[in-house]
Amino acid sequence: MAQADQNFFNEMLNGTDVRAAYENLDRWQANMPSDLRSLKQHEAEQLFRRVGITFAVYGEGGDPERLIPFDMFPRVFTADEWRKLERGIKQRAAALNAFLADVYDGREIIRAGKIPEHIVTRNEAFEKAMVGIRPPMNIWSHIVGIDLVRTGRDQFYVLEDNCRTPSGVSYMLQNREIMMRMFPQLFVENRIAPVDGYASALWRTLASVAPKKCEGEPNIVILTPGQFNSAYYEHSFLADLMGVELVEGQDLFVEGDFCWMKTTEGPQKVDVIYRRIDDAFLDPLCFRPDSMLGIPGLMNVYRSGGVTICSAPGAGVADDKAIYTFVPEMVRFYLGEAPILENVPTYQCAKTDDCKYVLENLEELVVKEVHGSGGYGMLVGPKADKAMIELFRDKIRARPQNYIAQPTLALSTVPTFVEEGIAPRHVDLRPYCLVGEKIELVPGGLTRVALNEGSLVVNSSQGGGVKDTWVLAE
Amino acid sequence: MLSRTASHLYWMARYIERAETTARLLQVGARNALLPDIGGGFRNDWEAILQASGSLEMFREKYGETKQRNLETFLFFDAENPASVRSCIELARENARVVRTGLTSQTWDAMNTAFQEMKELHRTERSKLSLTDLAEWTSRACAQARGSIHATQLRNDGYHFMNLGFTLERADNTARMLDVKYYVLLPSLSYVGSGLDQTQWVTLLRSMSAHRAFNWTYRGEITAARIAHFLILNRQFPRSLLTAVEDTLDHLDHLARGYKNPSRAQSAARSLLAELAEAEVEHIFDEGLHEFLTRFMGQNAGIANIVQETYLTGEPA
Amino acid sequence: MKLRVRHVSRYVFDAPVKRLAQSHRLWPAETQGQSVIQWSVETENAVTGSGFRDGAGDWTQTVTVKGPVSEFTVTAEGLVETSDTSGVLRGHRERVPASAYLTGTRITGLTAELRMAAEAALEGMDAASPLDRAHALARYVSDHVVFAPNRTEPATTAAEALEGGEGVCQDHTHVLIALAHAADIPARYVTGYMLSTEDSQGAEASHAWAELHVHGLGWVGFDAANRCCPNEYYIRLGSGYDASDAAPIRGIVDGATQETLDVSVAVTDSARQSQSQRQQ
Repeated sequence: MAQADQNFFNEMLNGTDVRAAYENLDRWQANMPSDLRSLKQHEAEQLFRRVGITFAVYGEGGDPERLIPFDMFPRVFTADEWRKLERGIKQRAAALNAFLADVYDGREIIRAGKIPEHIVTRNEAFEKAMVGIRPPMNIWSHIVGIDLVRTGRDQFYVLEDNCRTPSGVSYMLQNREIMMRMFPQLFVENRIAPVDGYASALWRTLASVAPKKCEGEPNIVILTPGQFNSAYYEHSFLADLMGVELVEGQDLFVEGDFCWMKTTEGPQKVDVIYRRIDDAFLDPLCFRPDSMLGIPGLMNVYRSGGVTICSAPGAGVADDKAIYTFVPEMVRFYLGEAPILENVPTYQCAKTDDCKYVLENLEELVVKEVHGSGGYGMLVGPKADKAMIELFRDKIRARPQNYIAQPTLALSTVPTFVEEGIAPRHVDLRPYCLVGEKIELVPGGLTRVALNEGSLVVNSSQGGGVKDTWVLAE
Repeated sequence: MLSRTASHLYWMARYIERAETTARLLQVGARNALLPDIGGGFRNDWEAILQASGSLEMFREKYGETKQRNLETFLFFDAENPASVRSCIELARENARVVRTGLTSQTWDAMNTAFQEMKELHRTERSKLSLTDLAEWTSRACAQARGSIHATQLRNDGYHFMNLGFTLERADNTARMLDVKYYVLLPSLSYVGSGLDQTQWVTLLRSMSAHRAFNWTYRGEITAARIAHFLILNRQFPRSLLTAVEDTLDHLDHLARGYKNPSRAQSAARSLLAELAEAEVEHIFDEGLHEFLTRFMGQNAGIANIVQETYLTGEPA
Repeated sequence: MKLRVRHVSRYVFDAPVKRLAQSHRLWPAETQGQSVIQWSVETENAVTGSGFRDGAGDWTQTVTVKGPVSEFTVTAEGLVETSDTSGVLRGHRERVPASAYLTGTRITGLTAELRMAAEAALEGMDAASPLDRAHALARYVSDHVVFAPNRTEPATTAAEALEGGEGVCQDHTHVLIALAHAADIPARYVTGYMLSTEDSQGAEASHAWAELHVHGLGWVGFDAANRCCPNEYYIRLGSGYDASDAAPIRGIVDGATQETLDVSVAVTDSARQSQSQRQQ
């Protein structure tokens, strides 16, 4: 393999030397006959198709029946690397939850002048209906997906937080499942921490936030918008793994102090709802009156303590791009700790100085819409043509408060199978942190890889694929 | 189990059964149309069949003339006809898709394959498809679905809801076919026992894959009384009303045992079964076959309604 | 003043519905300006539950009825002692920050016309006190939206109402909220009851007005339809972003049906004669 490109951190190669964590894998790929490789690649695809795992990652849009390409070359973290990441991720998830509990109650962080009030209370994701409500254990975001990129040996940046209903975890689990089926030997040669504890950890997390009124083992359900949703596969997959019912709004109804599920044995009380539908559609009596997906009266049951909704409505105010800048401040403010994970330096176009800098350096920056998600309405300066840059210049001038900008990051690379063998491709990482009675993180996550040479965009709608993500045991 | 899940399983089975019935009706019609027209040129078997399936008006509006080709299109391929084989197969597969995680891969495969093959048939040039091909394809596809359910599905409540779908629909369909033959097809009572009558009976039996079974059981002349006995009261014939109701009760009993909660549906099925067990063909004819069948279909639908209310809405009254 | 209220909402469905669910905010809160002597909300054959006080300080409760339901009646009635606080809301326990009421909805969303109207209303008032500015906005709405029943609909937006120049109390309130937003003043929709006097505009017993958050004073009510601030003739029920968000009854039925709603509200001075009126 050729020497690594010095501009990007290569996770396998140090100069021309293979890092220890990758030694087995390097031997494995070198000894693999190319016909076996294509055979295995084909087999993997068949396996994905058979389980029906065809969906788009949250907010990416695109064809829901499309299969996201799977690259067989795993990405590896050493135990040391992971320890630091784990601490950082858990810290961040804790701070985000503390922030949510605060902004819907005493607003200490605003009073202390650490975050401007309007960014919170005028945010679209801020739910007036949740003010003064205290969810069980005061936890608001139970599954926090934190998107990370790596730019150096010890350099990780958080790209964004996902506090509502981050998806993609079924890929993390299936990628591992498929690798273990196809290459069992790899799992004998390497000591890889298992990820299959995720389902029971998720169940524990959800059970731990059951309402006080719930006696005995809580009845947990997953609420899906239905089979036409792009992540429906994941909803049914998680329901199956946890052994809980996958329900739609029409399966639930409200009566008295509780929410009930319609079963063949009559109404059955529901204690915890892991919802995979947006706030606006949860309850037509509280939010959008035209919602056909929701359960009329659910929000009153929730707010009076009859059922728990995970994540809490309004949790989105913590993962907004305008709030993102303040997350390190949250860590310091609520936890009294120094942030372990860094934010990408971000320019707020709403600020005059920042805006001026952004407009002068559009060619080098990534510009994002504050409320957008997943690569739409985004400018990647170094990859954009003149017309595109001018378009964004006008947009920013017209509504500066809608835009933020960040330097183009030198995303690390991981070897990836290509036509000619293996080649470095850029990756990111989304681990899934569970917040309940305890904060738990399974060792792994979803690694997305930009399959096109030189591309920095890992979104599956724009040529991204996925990889199994290994954390080596001590 | 979620009521919605149970409901999808139940309807999946009903649609499978219904697809087969429509194909049977198509066969009966086609065979009868081959017979010499003795009703003075006014009789039209096809119309009789459409009337029996309640879709004559829709057909007339869309196709006008009752030609076999149109009938085939209407009863087999027409997506706008809710009872066409295609609609039933599509609806069965749609119900299956929603509860896919509750089905074994064999059952899902059977449903999905039927759906894909139907699309294939639809694309095939019509001159290459005989009516017999279509009818045989339907019974094969339905047998495959039924077979994989029987052979691979866990014997849990879901299994019994699927089977209730089969048995309730089957009882209704046998009664309907018999009614078509007796009440609609025969031009007038004076034909009872005539050659035409005989031929029609044979056609009916054939379409229900029961011709040889009948011969084995009754040996000899085909009479209305024997046929009625066979299709209504025979305990050996799987599609007889008595067998179907017995099966319905069996599955209702299983559900009640599993849920440790007896249901009104059980008592309704039990009393219908008791009535059939006591019934004799002469009494049925005294009452009038058509009247008897109409009453039966009402009682059977009554059981289906109780099943719906008790289990499939999730909010028992 | 002691005001007696009887508020009856009768729903009739042309085809029976399978299930009915409503969220009620029908309980006047205790504030400096009003004190509840007796209050009750009655429903027939309904299950009630999930009661709680929301962040805006209003008691909220769910009512469900399992069908078939062909008609349903909600009766709120009671006796409330009121006093004049010059429209200032005092002693109301709420936790929603005023700044949450700076954002418009589909109904109160800003347009260039609304912004211009706000500018016109505040012309020359840059140095004026926040209270005077708020009064100026309310006055502008009173001057530019004439009371006229049946000319607007529940879905009429603030921009449409201002353009049409007429409407009912709901429209006055929406326009005032929008103008306040344009001037960066938090504003919200308030529902309640009012004892009509002979000269009150559009003598509606069931009433709505706006509250503007005035720096230094807090929330202050403005009834643009009547060119005044709420006084002892008013009972405050609840608040929200706009009419639909603040609605005392939000409901939904399961079943395709036409719904007829008949609301009758009677507010009487318990010391004097009764006054009643119906609206369809």
